[in-house]
Amino acid sequence: MPLFHAIQAALLGGGPPPGTILAEGVREATRVELSWLWLVPFFPLVGSFVNVTIGKRLQDRFGKAVNHGIAVGAMLLSTALAWVAFARLLALPAEGRYLHDLCWNMFTVGSLRVDLSFGLDPLSTMMTLIVTNVATLIHVFSIGYMADEPAYWRFFAYLNLFVFSMLLLVMGDNFVVMFFGWEGVGLCSYLLISFWYTDVEKAKAGMKAFVVNRFGDFAFITGLFALLWGLGGAWGPASRSELGVRDDYRPSAAYQPFHAGGDAAESLAATPRAGGMPVGPTVDFRELRDELLDPSTGVMHHLTTTTIFGFPLLAFVCILFFVGATGKSAQIPLYVWLPDAMAGPTPVSALIHAATMVTAGVYMVTRLNFLFSLSAAAMTVVACTGALTAIFAASIGLFQVDIKKVLAYSTVSQLGFMFLGVGVGAYWAGCYHLLTHAFFKACLFLGSGSVILACHHEQDMRKMGGLKEYTPITRWTYALACIAISGFPVMSGFYSKDEILWKAFTTQNLVAPWIGPLLWAVGLVAAGGTSFYMWRSYYLTFWSGRYRGGPGHDDHGAHAAPALATHSLGAAHAGSFGADVAHAAGHSAAAAPGEAADGSGHGHGHGHGDPHGHHGGLPQESPAVMTYVLIALAAAAFFASFLGLPKSWVGSDPLLERFLEPVLAGSNARLRFAEPGGGLETLFMLISVGVATAGWLAARWMYVTGENPAPARLMASFPGVHRLVFNKYYVDEIYRATVVRAGLVLAAVFSWFDRVVIDGLVTLVAWIVRLVANVDGFIDKYLVDGAVSLVAALVLAGGRRLRRLQTGRLENYLMGALAGALVFVAVNYLVH
Amino acid sequence: MDAIQTHLLSYMIFSPLAGATGILLVLALRRLIGFPQEQVDRAARMLALVFSAIPLALGLWLWARFDGGAIGPQFVEHAVWIRSFGIEYFIGADGLSVAMIILSSLISFIATIASMPWFIHDDEHGHGPVHFSKRMVPGYLSLLLLLEAAMVGVFASLDFFLFYVFWELMLLPMYFLIGIWGGPRKEYAAIKFFLYTLAGSVLMLLALIGLYYASTPMPNVPLRLVDGTPLQHTFNMLSLAQLGAHHLWEHQAPLLGLSFARVVWIGLFIGFAIKIPMFPFHTWLPDAHVEAPTPISVILAGVLLKMGGYGILRVNFGILPEATRYFADALAIFGTINIVYGAFVCLAQKDLKKLIAYSSVSHMGFVLLGMAALTPQALSGAMLQMWTHGIVSAMLFLIVGVIYDRAHHREIEGFGGLAARLPEYTALMGLAFFASMGLPGLCGFISEFMVFQGAFPVYRTLTIVSATSVILTASYYLWTIQRMFLGKLNEKYKELPDVNWRERLTLYPLGALAIFFGFYPQAILGTFNRALEAMSHTLMGRF
Repeated sequence: MPLFHAIQAALLGGGPPPGTILAEGVREATRVELSWLWLVPFFPLVGSFVNVTIGKRLQDRFGKAVNHGIAVGAMLLSTALAWVAFARLLALPAEGRYLHDLCWNMFTVGSLRVDLSFGLDPLSTMMTLIVTNVATLIHVFSIGYMADEPAYWRFFAYLNLFVFSMLLLVMGDNFVVMFFGWEGVGLCSYLLISFWYTDVEKAKAGMKAFVVNRFGDFAFITGLFALLWGLGGAWGPASRSELGVRDDYRPSAAYQPFHAGGDAAESLAATPRAGGMPVGPTVDFRELRDELLDPSTGVMHHLTTTTIFGFPLLAFVCILFFVGATGKSAQIPLYVWLPDAMAGPTPVSALIHAATMVTAGVYMVTRLNFLFSLSAAAMTVVACTGALTAIFAASIGLFQVDIKKVLAYSTVSQLGFMFLGVGVGAYWAGCYHLLTHAFFKACLFLGSGSVILACHHEQDMRKMGGLKEYTPITRWTYALACIAISGFPVMSGFYSKDEILWKAFTTQNLVAPWIGPLLWAVGLVAAGGTSFYMWRSYYLTFWSGRYRGGPGHDDHGAHAAPALATHSLGAAHAGSFGADVAHAAGHSAAAAPGEAADGSGHGHGHGHGDPHGHHGGLPQESPAVMTYVLIALAAAAFFASFLGLPKSWVGSDPLLERFLEPVLAGSNARLRFAEPGGGLETLFMLISVGVATAGWLAARWMYVTGENPAPARLMASFPGVHRLVFNKYYVDEIYRATVVRAGLVLAAVFSWFDRVVIDGLVTLVAWIVRLVANVDGFIDKYLVDGAVSLVAALVLAGGRRLRRLQTGRLENYLMGALAGALVFVAVNYLVH
Repeated sequence: MDAIQTHLLSYMIFSPLAGATGILLVLALRRLIGFPQEQVDRAARMLALVFSAIPLALGLWLWARFDGGAIGPQFVEHAVWIRSFGIEYFIGADGLSVAMIILSSLISFIATIASMPWFIHDDEHGHGPVHFSKRMVPGYLSLLLLLEAAMVGVFASLDFFLFYVFWELMLLPMYFLIGIWGGPRKEYAAIKFFLYTLAGSVLMLLALIGLYYASTPMPNVPLRLVDGTPLQHTFNMLSLAQLGAHHLWEHQAPLLGLSFARVVWIGLFIGFAIKIPMFPFHTWLPDAHVEAPTPISVILAGVLLKMGGYGILRVNFGILPEATRYFADALAIFGTINIVYGAFVCLAQKDLKKLIAYSSVSHMGFVLLGMAALTPQALSGAMLQMWTHGIVSAMLFLIVGVIYDRAHHREIEGFGGLAARLPEYTALMGLAFFASMGLPGLCGFISEFMVFQGAFPVYRTLTIVSATSVILTASYYLWTIQRMFLGKLNEKYKELPDVNWRERLTLYPLGALAIFFGFYPQAILGTFNRALEAMSHTLMGRF
């Protein structure tokens, strides 16, 4: 019963005594081995396994309650254990907060050792708590949202599998386990985006998400190999003999292997240590940090002075890691998959594409803060990309008409803010925004899910309106989340976003001092845009006159929409760029879940069988299982404020900053921020609030009644700009025309080359051989065999002549015989 | 038990041969007594299952008993065979071969199950050819067993002549298995395969003879038969490796203006490169795969391709270290071409089996790249890649076989929406595809990771170029999934049955192994790590 004992240990706090000191090294932190940490990701894995293998049979026989019972049960267990771990962590002294669980050694080759092991330090604990808690809430919400889904078991199986992967990602204490999770969540994202796979568009969206992410993964692993190369490189003989640096391989021609064939095991066991510190290539975050930060190892000096392809190694490595993050976290240039990912069910959008998976990049950069903070160039790239993405995505968000697309671009934009934060060196602020965003954006997405359900699977905001009458709880929670995201000081989003902007203004960690204030300005504009488009979505959905939706979704194809002057983008510009918009509208129509059902033998009757029995009627509030989740998330978005109240208000560093301090200790010592006095910070807060208010008021003025002609007129006066932005700057089209096309053309060329040239050569060789054989055959037949035939012919001819001798008369033969005998005797006589 | 243990490898080689003999005896009895054909077929199938299960059981035993920490061959059997040429029956398993021996026995058993006609429902009214598993059964199965014996023999041989005998022995059954039980263009494919491999074998034979006559006793490397008779020349691969380590080949007179060792290296290498198959010698592979029946494709991809990689490690790397270092750069370049070129060609394929065949070309490129780098991680990664590719590609070809048995074609565009109709099949296919594209948690990832990690310090640019395959591989597999399995169900296939128990028996074990080695690769790495570290040391020690 190892499982039972593990649970018992978790609850009763058994296990080895805390504070196992590995070495007397200066920086090597203590860690506490907790033998049950693996259970946290294990329960969702079990839940997923059960639902994958027998879920369908359970669903058919016992009903859907069993499926979600298993999934939610697994999540509750996992969440409870995460809280226990959190309690254990808090009980430790701050610098010793590191729980560790080694499951097994995956492989050891040369000096590279990779374990399947989990670690919880404050950062990963924060992430684990976000993941488990938000995921549990979204599991619960899905019970209501997916109630009519025939493949219910499959949905919960995927959802649990996702949580397992996400927990691997945040709890893995080395690069490899993190990468397991990193790709695992990508797989689950793929599976869930194309959940309604009978719709080709959704299937393609899933594929796009995975392949685009693979571009990032390519960069990520390349960065990792470059880093390991740097760690395993040659330090020079003197330092090696002093420090016992591991270098089992060296890129130089003067290669000397680290261990001899005969004593490989011994030399592995006796890991060389410098001042008690293991040195050399490692994938373990802790070991990497320790050897890097301990000056006596010389690792930092080596890494900061090494170059690769003419670039500083650290900048190269960090930028590649960050490119990996742009894939997972949907930043420029790899953000294009996220808007399409809205094809997945809405709870998936909330969980994966807002609260958890897409923040993995931010988590990774924070996890590697000790590396990034060593390279101002890399930090500048991160910060600038973040700010650029924030404003770029916000601008696209301004004109979207699909409520989920608005939220998608909003997510891209908010992730940009997080990267702005971690890029300027405010790691804790980036993480804080990650945390608050997880709550309010999950609330917004689930709110949009509730709206979509109420409107019979309609996602076009032009066909909503007036919903505040029908869906009061959804409306209020949505409003609260809007307050949070647009940055009013009553909700948590304000504190996190403002901290990021302030740190961006005061940062001194980038390559040039003027970049910080510029990024602040960009961020401020993006924040204003955020406020505007979020309130726009709020007013379009819940206000702006009466409900505009049809009686059902039978008029789904009729996307020409009621020609409301206020927001009829398609109508206003049908003449000028009708084709494009029609295309885009068709796209959003395809993203509606209802489309999936058509014609699939499997019968995804989603959308057709309306879940709550008001087919064709007016919108209704969602069931309690959904609205309670909305309330819980809105409350969380409020209470998260207390984790980050600014120092100028409460007199001490924010709670979260203090909690994360041990993780960031290595880089905080190196990071510098200006500290201008004189209430400048308060002034900046006021500016932020002012910008947010301006955005809100503008949106309210334009959309609250549904009759203001200003938006349409505004768009009409700048048709070019509007078209460009509405079509998302044609980035998808550009990628399709360049990268995708280049790949397909190369494929066609190589395939042709293979078939015609390479195989042609083989055929040619075969042909030549056959030609030679034929020539040979000719020679054989007519010359060699001809000679033989000639001989034969001569013999035959001779025989024919000689035949005349065969007369058949006895006296002739006797004569012959006699003559022969005479000749014989004569010869015999002559010879002797 | 001890008797089995001491002759374990011989039992592994000869029990399939015994099975094949048994099948022939049954055939002979049929002539004598007049059994009905079905009885004979049934007996042949029973014999084939039993006599391919025995090597698998022995292979697992070998795995359990093999000491990965020791250098040098274990389970050795050593006897004089042809005294006048110093040829011995010398077999054993060391770090280089043990994984391949186990893999051969595993894949052969899986292929035998896949050759059973269970659940095959032919169109009785003469549409389409009879399923291969029902045609000339005793002949097919005895050739299959002969093939297995030859494969295990190749991996277990430590005498170069014996190695060559098994190498050639393997060609023959393969030729007939493709040429008789194959698809529409089977004769073309079989002859192409046979001649191509034979051309390589000829070069190998010349190199083998050259090495034999160049070998000579050195003061610290005496050449002896197992009974102590001193020799002038030797085929013993361990002795040859020792001579190589003592720089013997460097003192030979040059051939064709090149050093002796390099000429021999090239001769051997081409023979092995054809088998891998390395660009530009790879075009026999798609043809052979497309025409071969499913179990033969499984063996071809699962084991035969590994003979190339194994041969390079055992012979080129083991015996000719100096020439290996000289050619390492070229090897890396060809590996990179294999990886990227193969992946691009996959993207353009319309036939599912051809796509999988080219993906083998791409994935075997990792073996070349890893070997070229010579670092311990890269060498171990190359070996692990052979192991994981053996498991995953076998699964992939079985996957293709499932759909071909049902739909009688393999055009990717000819399907659509199968996921709705065949959920279990789709799940297994997804597992195999994702394992093949190197998704972490499945076995392909670890080996690719190790190859890249080990090769990066040595060939930075080539490694980065090769790593783009993570994008390409995902593209062609996901695109295939999308075209075949997602979207609306093709009306033609709305009655298609899902996987049956015969297919489950073959697919689930391989799928489970793909996951198992994804999380615990050390289980097999432990058997060869040490040997490859030692080899890496020998190869890189004298830069």
